[in-house]
Amino acid sequence: MFDVVIIGAGIVGCSAAYYLSQYDIRVCVLEAANDVSMGTTKANSAIVHAGYDPETGTLMAKHNVIGAALTKELCRKLDVPYKECGAMVIGFDETDLNTIQKLYDRGIRNGVEQLQILNREETLKLEPQLSRDVRGCLLIPTSAIIAPWELAMALMETAVRNGVQLKLNNRVEAISKKDGVFTVRTNADEYQAKYIINAAGVHSDKVHELIGEKEFTITTVKGEYYLLDKSESSRCQRTIFQCPSAVGKGVLVSPTVHGNLIVGPNAVDSDNVDTTYEGLQFVKKRAQRSIPFIAFGENIRNFAGLRAKNDRGDFIVEESRSVPDFFNIAGIMSPGLTSAPSLGLAAVDWLKGKQELVKKDSYCESRKKIRFNELSDEEKNELIKKDPRYGRIICRCMTVTEGEIVDAIHGVIPAVSIDGVKRRCTAGMGRCQGGFCGGKVAEILVRERGISPLEVLQDQEGTNILVKELKVK
Amino acid sequence: MTELICIGCPRGCHLKVDEENDYAVTGNNCNVGAEYGRNELINPTRTLTTTVRLTNSVHHSLPVKSAHPIPKKDLFKAMEELNGIEVPAPVKCGDVVYRNVADSGVDVIATRDLD
Amino acid sequence: MFDVIIIGGGPAGLAAARKCCEEGLEKILIIERDSQLGGILNQCIHTGFGVGIFHEELSGPEFAHKYIEMLKGTRVEVMLDTMVLEINKDKEVTIINHDGYQKLQTKAIILAMGCRERSRGAIATPGSRGAGVYTAGAAQRYINIDGYMVGKRVVILGSGDIGLIMARRMTLEGAKVLACVEINPYSGGLPRNIVQCLNDFDIPLYLSHTITKIEGENRVEKVTISKVDERFTPIPGTEIEFDCDTVLLSIGLVPENELSKVAGIQLDKRTKGPIVYENMETSIPGIFACGNVVHVHDLADNVAMEAERAAQGVSDYLKGCEREAEISLSTTSEIGYTVPQHIHLPLDKDRYDIFFRVRKVFGPAYILVKDQEGNQIARFSRQYIIPGTMEKITLPKVLLQKGKGNLTVSIEEK
Repeated sequence: MFDVVIIGAGIVGCSAAYYLSQYDIRVCVLEAANDVSMGTTKANSAIVHAGYDPETGTLMAKHNVIGAALTKELCRKLDVPYKECGAMVIGFDETDLNTIQKLYDRGIRNGVEQLQILNREETLKLEPQLSRDVRGCLLIPTSAIIAPWELAMALMETAVRNGVQLKLNNRVEAISKKDGVFTVRTNADEYQAKYIINAAGVHSDKVHELIGEKEFTITTVKGEYYLLDKSESSRCQRTIFQCPSAVGKGVLVSPTVHGNLIVGPNAVDSDNVDTTYEGLQFVKKRAQRSIPFIAFGENIRNFAGLRAKNDRGDFIVEESRSVPDFFNIAGIMSPGLTSAPSLGLAAVDWLKGKQELVKKDSYCESRKKIRFNELSDEEKNELIKKDPRYGRIICRCMTVTEGEIVDAIHGVIPAVSIDGVKRRCTAGMGRCQGGFCGGKVAEILVRERGISPLEVLQDQEGTNILVKELKVK
Repeated sequence: MTELICIGCPRGCHLKVDEENDYAVTGNNCNVGAEYGRNELINPTRTLTTTVRLTNSVHHSLPVKSAHPIPKKDLFKAMEELNGIEVPAPVKCGDVVYRNVADSGVDVIATRDLD
Repeated sequence: MFDVIIIGGGPAGLAAARKCCEEGLEKILIIERDSQLGGILNQCIHTGFGVGIFHEELSGPEFAHKYIEMLKGTRVEVMLDTMVLEINKDKEVTIINHDGYQKLQTKAIILAMGCRERSRGAIATPGSRGAGVYTAGAAQRYINIDGYMVGKRVVILGSGDIGLIMARRMTLEGAKVLACVEINPYSGGLPRNIVQCLNDFDIPLYLSHTITKIEGENRVEKVTISKVDERFTPIPGTEIEFDCDTVLLSIGLVPENELSKVAGIQLDKRTKGPIVYENMETSIPGIFACGNVVHVHDLADNVAMEAERAAQGVSDYLKGCEREAEISLSTTSEIGYTVPQHIHLPLDKDRYDIFFRVRKVFGPAYILVKDQEGNQIARFSRQYIIPGTMEKITLPKVLLQKGKGNLTVSIEEK
């Protein structure tokens, strides 16, 4: 019997688990996939928005501004890559310049600091590779970039250290309530709890409707991206947004915390994450409007993510109207990543209204990670002396050692797939995209997990990379 | 007249083989081409390269080849025979690991030292 | 202090080491990332190696074996499982292995890091992202080294040599290779490989086609290919679907020059390798390069010969050969690049080999070399010149002496 079951281990579920883990209650997180952050969290623009964009007075605006500050603090505490690189919303004509003024005014109202409107020359001086057609920009110095899946991982790892039970490969199939106790049935097991927090992302409406009435509808909007090699990282220092217009929010170009350049997204109604020829062409053309000379030949990966759009136009952060003790955090589209910590705290606040929450005598709220590449020469040598596996580079593009890969496989939330290793220690994230190291990571997974090579997964269940052993009688 | 690309070496000469004239080959730059062109129309042969199961070793696969080309039509038969064998380590490059593959009279040899 | 450190123990590094040894260099070190020498040769179990160097047709492991045997008992030292993290113009080599992180000092360096495969991202192939999409080289490793099959029904994108070799290899191991799909109107591989890897097994080659969609949630289930126009844009209505579980990518190789970049070595945008002189010296004196790190070869034998030139270059460098000036080589647009890009003056060799690749298929044609004033100093006749095969011309010193200033290489159809 748990006090709280959180459904979904995306960035929102992980944030809620992190904050709840500081209290003396029993918390369980149910996740359908074989790892945390497998939905929207791992496939988005990875921007910590400052908060000038959402309409003043909305939940989006509130959680965005609070969440941005919390994210910064969490990344510091949890040793998660975070870079306040700043951002620009650039304009190409009078309409855009009016929009920029509106965004500036709204940003001020929302409490965003350091906003500035720059003219053409000032804009080009800061970002010389922008199109000569640029007329000016809104400068947002506090905008930042992060690795969303790493933050989700760090939050959940800390929560698990504090006693939260994470149940992966548990897809919720039915929910019932009797005598004030929920029973949640998954494909694997049954769990009981007094409270449910629904953070099921694009599935949150269906999860709610397993027990409640239809109160909102989630539709999914696909965004497709390019991720370019580090050789293209100098195209811009900041995240470059285009003005939102009637045809959409516009395609962004941004550095990433791992030193790449990300370009995207488009916005297409879709329920799958397949990239398309048309979608990628669209993104490319749009991005070239901002920065004409991006070398798309340096692309290393395309991906697509789904955003959970709801029919209310604002985040849904409330107790279910038809099911007491069931809290929905749903329809979390942009700026959802930024808002996540604040949404996690909102769940805590809601629970505080339900029962007394007492902080644990001691709990952990920070994390430290070995990133070999970032150590000094002396530290590297010391580490190798302690464990020679840190002296064996497996991923040469990102300089990741065998020691770090083994750490990932035996971590608090063990990596079970090649991509799981990648999300934890960046092996395979570089320009060869695992071409060289994929096989070696597979070998280490086989050795450390004691599995057959046939069981090695690329990512989620069912993505086995090898199909048959050769030369067996 | 049949046109072929010689596979005798990476140069890939464009050959013409005259069936009417005792398979005379033109377009070749060496004797390998003359021989290849003729053989290719009479009895095409290929060198088979594959792996066999290695035992007593941390390595699983031993690369091997047919010491000489074997009839092209027998490639799959040869594969089937080799798929069933196990070779114990250590093996030296050039060691014969299987004799008379697919009844071709050709032996299969290891192409690498493996302990 | 080493005389020379060779970075990479594949065909280029091995051949360079052997030649350095022959030249009498004392302190020679090969640094290899893997736990064995040979590099990618170890997984290239097919034959086709050695004709140029050893005058016999060898498999990749046999080719490596020959060199490894030759190095046994020599002065050449080898560090395995060791990664070079950085080199600089002062010829300090920063390495890491299980003994730790350290800097080695050497008088000369030979870069022999080879190349990597272009991945799916490089051509932005759209579709789902489950398992079943491999670069041909990665699949080759799983099959030939690890002994596991990566799929049963295969579509190969790109007609590079590794893809063609894998078409045959997977067919022999029982897979069905449904198609080899090439975006260019010509194949990127050697003609012999089209014959013995595709034609032998009735595998269709679709020229001017590309993959426009990959479907399947967890694993590839279906692939759609489309014909492309001359600007490589897919033509609607030309789609062909294949039910398959695997896509192999053989869409080109890229020289691995991260170390070179950090060291400040000038790279050629066309080859993505260092700009080199006839002795394989890079823009930094004393740092030489050879093999696929300079430009992508189709034959390991050519790599080995290039490595010998680099080793000779190191030997001359250590003896203190003086250089005064240089001749630069440029090309017209039908030629992709030349290696070397420069020739040192004074001319101290009897012959100069120039390598290049063309950008389209030529029938009977002349390769022309003209000097700065437009005077033709050499003409070479060819029956055909194709992008899949590296082309070579040899310029005798006497002809080079006739030319004035820099040279341009071009092609004229007969």
